[in-house]
Amino acid sequence: MMAAATVAIAVQRNLFSVVILFGVYSFLMATVLVALDAVDVGMTEAAVGAGISTVLLLGTLYLARKEEMKPLHRPLLPLAVAVATVVVLAYGTLGLPAFSDPGAPIHVHVAPRYIQDGPRETGVPNIVTAVLASYRGYDTLGEVMVVFTAGAGIIALLRRRWNGKQKEKDR
Amino acid sequence: MRDFLVLRVVAKIMMAFMLLFALYVQFHGDFGPGGGFQAGVIAAAAIIFYAIIFGLPAARKVVPDRLVEAMVAAGVLLYASVGVAGMLLGGNYLDYFVLHADPVEGQHRGIFWIEAGVLITVAGVMLKVFYLFAGRPSEDEDGQ
Repeated sequence: MMAAATVAIAVQRNLFSVVILFGVYSFLMATVLVALDAVDVGMTEAAVGAGISTVLLLGTLYLARKEEMKPLHRPLLPLAVAVATVVVLAYGTLGLPAFSDPGAPIHVHVAPRYIQDGPRETGVPNIVTAVLASYRGYDTLGEVMVVFTAGAGIIALLRRRWNGKQKEKDR
Repeated sequence: MRDFLVLRVVAKIMMAFMLLFALYVQFHGDFGPGGGFQAGVIAAAAIIFYAIIFGLPAARKVVPDRLVEAMVAAGVLLYASVGVAGMLLGGNYLDYFVLHADPVEGQHRGIFWIEAGVLITVAGVMLKVFYLFAGRPSEDEDGQ
C-alpha cells in the first residue's frame, strides 16, 4: 500500500491529491512504526506527518497554483541516480545483523545498562523517556535548540517579507 | 467553514478532548508512550484545528502572536535553566538528582521540567509556522 501511495504521488499531477496521498502515506508509515514497537515515533509521525504537515502543505497550496507544471527535461538521469542509490543501500543492508538479533552491536553496547539500571536510577518506567530526557539530556536540549532555530528562521524570513508587502501597499 | 453548524459544534467538543489528550501524553510520558514533542504537536494541532474551523482571527484571539513568539523562546530557556539549576545545586549541567533530597524524585522533577520546556517550544514553533503560512495573502489577492 505504501508503494502504491508513493507511485501515485509521483504520477499524480493534481497537487491537492498529492497532499492527501502524503497524509495517507504518513498514516501507513505510523502504522508500520507501531508494528515495529516504536509507539513514540509512530505517534509523532501521525501527528506531524499526517496532521500538521498536511495542513501546512494545504496552506501553501492555497498560495500557489493547483497543478504541477510539465517537467522540462526527461527524468532519465534522476531515475538512474535513484536506482543506483537503491542498489547501494540494498547492498548495505546485506552487512547488517539480522532483524531483532540479540547479538547485534547496538544491543550489547549501552542498551543493556539503560534497560537494567534505567528504572532504578530514574524511577521512570518508560525507557524511551528515561533515555531521551535523562541519559541523553544534552541531545534533547540540542533538538529543542534545532526546533527553536527553525522557528526563529521562519519568523525572520516570512514576517519581514509580509511586513514589507504591507508597507508597499500603504504607500 | 464558519457557516457549518455541525462542524462548529463538533469542533467545540473535540477541542477539549484534544487539549486533554495533549496533557495526558505530556504527563503520562513517564509511564506510557509520549512526551514533550508529541504533546506539543498535539496541542498545536488542536489550536490549528480551531483556526481552520473558526478562522485565523479567532485563533489569534485565543493564542495571540506575542504569546506564541514568547513560547518559542521560553521553552528553550526553561530547559536550559533546569540545567543551570542543577549546576547551582552542586551537580553537573543537566544533572537532575540534585534537584531533590531523593535522587529518583530529583530525576522525576528534572524530567518533568525539561519535558515542559520541550512542549512549550514545539507547540510555539508549530503554531508560529502555521500562523505565518496561513496569514499570508494568496498570490491572486496580492497581485493587484
